[in-house]
Amino acid sequence: MFLCKSQHCRPRASRLPDERNPAILAYILRRFAILILSLLIAAVVLFVLLRLLPGDPANALLSVGADQQQIEAAREQVGSNLPLWEQFLRFVGSLARFDLGASFVSGKPVVEEIATRLTVTVPLALLGFALAIAIAVPLGILSAVKANRWYGAAISTVSQLGIAIPVFWVGILLVTVFAVNLRLFPSGGYPRRGWQNEGQVLYALALPVLTIGLVMAASLIRYIRSATQDVLGSDYLRTARALGASFSQALIRHGIRNGAVPIVSILGIELATTLLGAVVVERVFALPGLGSMLLLAIEQRDYPNVQGVLFISTLLVLLIGFAADLLQRVIDPRLRERATGAAT
Amino acid sequence: MTALDLSSDRPARRHSLALSIGLALVGLNVAVAILTLFCTPYDPLNASGGRLEAPSLLHWVGTDRLGRDYLTQIMIGARTALIVGTGAVAIGASIGVTLGILAAFATRLLDDVMAATLDILIAFPTLLLAMLVVAASDSASLWSAILALGLAISAIVARLTRILAKRVLRQDYIIASRTSGTSWPGVVVRHVLPNIWPTLSVNFALQFGLAVIAEASLSYLGLGAPPPNASWGRLLQEAQGTVYTAPVGAIAPGIALVALVIGMNLLADGLRDVGDPTRGRSR
Repeated sequence: MFLCKSQHCRPRASRLPDERNPAILAYILRRFAILILSLLIAAVVLFVLLRLLPGDPANALLSVGADQQQIEAAREQVGSNLPLWEQFLRFVGSLARFDLGASFVSGKPVVEEIATRLTVTVPLALLGFALAIAIAVPLGILSAVKANRWYGAAISTVSQLGIAIPVFWVGILLVTVFAVNLRLFPSGGYPRRGWQNEGQVLYALALPVLTIGLVMAASLIRYIRSATQDVLGSDYLRTARALGASFSQALIRHGIRNGAVPIVSILGIELATTLLGAVVVERVFALPGLGSMLLLAIEQRDYPNVQGVLFISTLLVLLIGFAADLLQRVIDPRLRERATGAAT
Repeated sequence: MTALDLSSDRPARRHSLALSIGLALVGLNVAVAILTLFCTPYDPLNASGGRLEAPSLLHWVGTDRLGRDYLTQIMIGARTALIVGTGAVAIGASIGVTLGILAAFATRLLDDVMAATLDILIAFPTLLLAMLVVAASDSASLWSAILALGLAISAIVARLTRILAKRVLRQDYIIASRTSGTSWPGVVVRHVLPNIWPTLSVNFALQFGLAVIAEASLSYLGLGAPPPNASWGRLLQEAQGTVYTAPVGAIAPGIALVALVIGMNLLADGLRDVGDPTRGRSR
């Protein structure tokens, strides 16, 4: 170690955190700035969209036949009499403080309601996500490695089919099979006391999780298949084989980490989609999650709730993207070294 | 054009199976949709049999909870799906291609801003965007759904067009064309659009399928076109309530939907293999 000072012979020194830090730190800061910027843009979009909704938000506070004075008072209270830019600043300010207001209908703070709903949606999305990975990773790799066998082709065909099927129909079909015919699981509903009764929650979530897991696995298999194909055709795998590693050794030792790099960002997108796609699945199984809260809020024109759900879901989506990008750097040192160059 | 010569080449012919199946499925859908304009097996709005009848010779797929013929409703649903898919893709294509071409010509800064904004818009899920636009319009109608889906598609198309157009604009023949006196609009019409069209059309076919699924999801959630317009999504939503007594109703519209979407996806695959010589050969 002391004898050789050339670039190639510094085995571990360059890997020490203090030498690597500036680049990765700069990347994290940069990526964080993009996160904040995206949130701001999302806030603008939300603000504009909510102004596009018909009617003054103050109307919700008024009863039918309110006089001019009452209208003015309500507008004063909601703030819709202020100039647009001031409304926008207030809006961003309250978002930054996570003050999402109170529901027009129930009067309860929006944040509280969202927190309760997330205890349904987050486990649903995460369990579905985990199931999808458990299905897609082995099948995706198998269909790439054994592309010439009948089951390799069958897996790709079924996954092709999977992306053409709407989530809610998969849910309905599962209900038809498992609830109507086999009577194994309930066709919908959720225990009133929630997670105090874990067994019942898991029982209620079984079919919804299966729905999300199957649909997501179908699209995931295609990505994992093509990532595996890239790995199989790579020079480093051939080199490893030439150096005497068995096929599976080479694949496990070199393939997984290399193949995982593009998959991580896909997984980030898929997790975000699942979280938001839960709207439909929650409707199929009558689950009281974030999605059904949004639907109900839209039906009741409960704008604080609509706005709150959209803001929190956008925030979650952006955070997942942020985490996926950082994770990619952790897995792939090449990206880390280039970190200062490319932002995304 | 080279693309045309290659359509008789071997790889293209092997993959034209996808194209033929795709064309058949989509063609069947179009034929049924046009047929419903002139005649349907039964009156779509009034009862023609008992409630929730099982499939029979008179009612091939049975009847719904109001005694209306189910097959008739599904056939009209085919029309709705085609209108939504075509409308959404038309809106998405016209806005998206225009924006994409403009971005390709824009100054570096403006281009960067447009690219970043498009990325964020695309990250925002189509269904949520559509739900918002539908909620923002006073009454849920087919057109608000089409508009919403069209806007979501336009962001995707704009990003694709921008990348493709920039690639074409770097080519030497663009300089040659400019030197020989062609105006920039002329270059766009004569060189850029024809060159990016094969890739764009494949994307349009895929987006069509996604729009059909999104519209079905919207009407399933109760945010689609109101009742007189039959939509597969709403049929499925209604049938879910009676799934214990009449399970066929919860299956048939889904099959129709999946057939159309798969048809479109196969069409896209087929178009890609016919239109892109490099892809066909590498297989």
